[in-house]
Amino acid sequence: MNEKVMEGSHAISEAVRLCNVGVVSGFPITPQTHIIEAIAEHCSDGTMKAKYINVESEHSAMAAIVGASSAGTRAFTATSSHGLALMHELLHWAAGARLPIVMGEVNRALGPGWNIWTDQTDSLSQRDTGWIQLYCEDGQEALDTVIFGFRLAELVNLPVMVIIDAFLVSHTYEAVSVPTQDEVNEFLPAFNPRIKLDLENPQALNQMASPQYYMEMRKSMQLAMETVEDIYDEVEDEFHDTWGRRYGSVEGINLDADVVFVTSGTATTTCRLAIKDLTDKGESVGMLKIKMFRPFPAKGIQNALKNAGKVAVVDRNFSFGAGGIFAQEVKSSLCNLKDAPVVFNFIAGLGGRDITTDTFFEMYEKVNANDIPQTESEWIGINEQELK
Amino acid sequence: MEEIRFHGRGGQGTVLASISLAKAFFDSGYHVQTFPVFGVERRGAPVEAYLRIDSSEKILTKSNVYTPDHIVVMDSKLLGSIDVTKGLKKGGWILINAKDMPKDLSKFKGYKIALIDASNIALSNGLGTKTSPIINTAMLGAFAKMMNIPNIEFIEKAILDEVPVKRKENVQAARDAFAKVMFH
Repeated sequence: MNEKVMEGSHAISEAVRLCNVGVVSGFPITPQTHIIEAIAEHCSDGTMKAKYINVESEHSAMAAIVGASSAGTRAFTATSSHGLALMHELLHWAAGARLPIVMGEVNRALGPGWNIWTDQTDSLSQRDTGWIQLYCEDGQEALDTVIFGFRLAELVNLPVMVIIDAFLVSHTYEAVSVPTQDEVNEFLPAFNPRIKLDLENPQALNQMASPQYYMEMRKSMQLAMETVEDIYDEVEDEFHDTWGRRYGSVEGINLDADVVFVTSGTATTTCRLAIKDLTDKGESVGMLKIKMFRPFPAKGIQNALKNAGKVAVVDRNFSFGAGGIFAQEVKSSLCNLKDAPVVFNFIAGLGGRDITTDTFFEMYEKVNANDIPQTESEWIGINEQELK
Repeated sequence: MEEIRFHGRGGQGTVLASISLAKAFFDSGYHVQTFPVFGVERRGAPVEAYLRIDSSEKILTKSNVYTPDHIVVMDSKLLGSIDVTKGLKKGGWILINAKDMPKDLSKFKGYKIALIDASNIALSNGLGTKTSPIINTAMLGAFAKMMNIPNIEFIEKAILDEVPVKRKENVQAARDAFAKVMFH
């Protein structure tokens, strides 16, 4: 096994190199830039054969790989925050055209106030675009998810967003086990789509679709989405056979506990430590990590949380006028469950504010203090003076 | 788990020092995690980097370091402008790049102090200029001597892996600092 200390961003770049990607487009934005920077270096020193396209905006970055993928080439780009927001129109296009693009997305807050630190609201704002969304807690998971993300995307003809936290993953160096090229070639067959732009066989793609056809096109996207969870499991089985690692669309620890935290991204890692400490002190506490946000694994979550005493969803994101976005989805997946647990929602860590084990201890006390939530979403660590 | 906080200035190679040290600890069999504190860096502005090491367990925390076990101060002038010992655990090491011991040691009571003239070592090995010596590799050699870990061979290997230019000179700077570090 080839294990090395590597930055989270570079773990993604390394995965892209191993996946025999044909076209990469890139436009720099902090904290994503290290991903495409390393890929550009690989392309220029010849260790990667992809065509690297410098573009003038993120909108063009996505347009370029929509073109490449339509022509039957495996394609990748990466972005963050305002860059992702600028891509929004073409995210719909990539999914509607059923293109198996993989994109690295580094969660960063949207301005104003101008802020480069982690916050999931950028990617969660894209939840209705038809992209599969997979959240990762460290560089190893990001590398692995890019590799099986391409496999998954190409099996269901939907694009995949591989999402990491700004700095806490993107700029953090940890040990990452890097697969060999032969192993990846074995796992990820060459990309050969049934329908593509082909000079030998000219055809028009993505033409006008009248009301007579449009609804079926949308329904077929949903049908593909409905296959994702099962195919994801099969792909992970194969991944596990080769590399011995598996993540699941959700992962549970001690799910029958009195209090079960629901987390995503790097808050999950810190939560693992917090519940270990609490369990050592005799407390009854568990955790559910949500890795797959689209499609939302509602059945899996229902099943995981049905025996929990109380559920506490931790959201590093917010939908104004509603609440934490993961919490809304968790609540909707539990609403038809008989004797469903109550769901508390905590908003923490927006714009890179630190989430520590103490943050979890504070939330744990708040959940224990009340039988039912006193408010829709409780914001943690707010300085009331600043609100005046 | 032990936590180490680096204080330096933008352009001094503080982040690279922390990454190289992480690699040296990893080669010694440790679990490691390192990341810079990101703000609006510019050359000369104070910067910080964190390093976590654990000889037995995977590091399960993804948050900033508040109570470091040891600190590394890349520029002695920082001692006058920022509170470098903030949160530092009693009995911890403070490694300082300076010519002489600070005159007033009262604020470092309860800590162990190591001193290295890394700027001089860097210059004598042709690293950087008088106004801007490249001191990070010398600091790594001093760190290895101060802590008795990691083995200097792993420091040398990490420097060879990480440093793009003047590799031999950087390795020599680490060796010189390893030999010359002074303890209070």
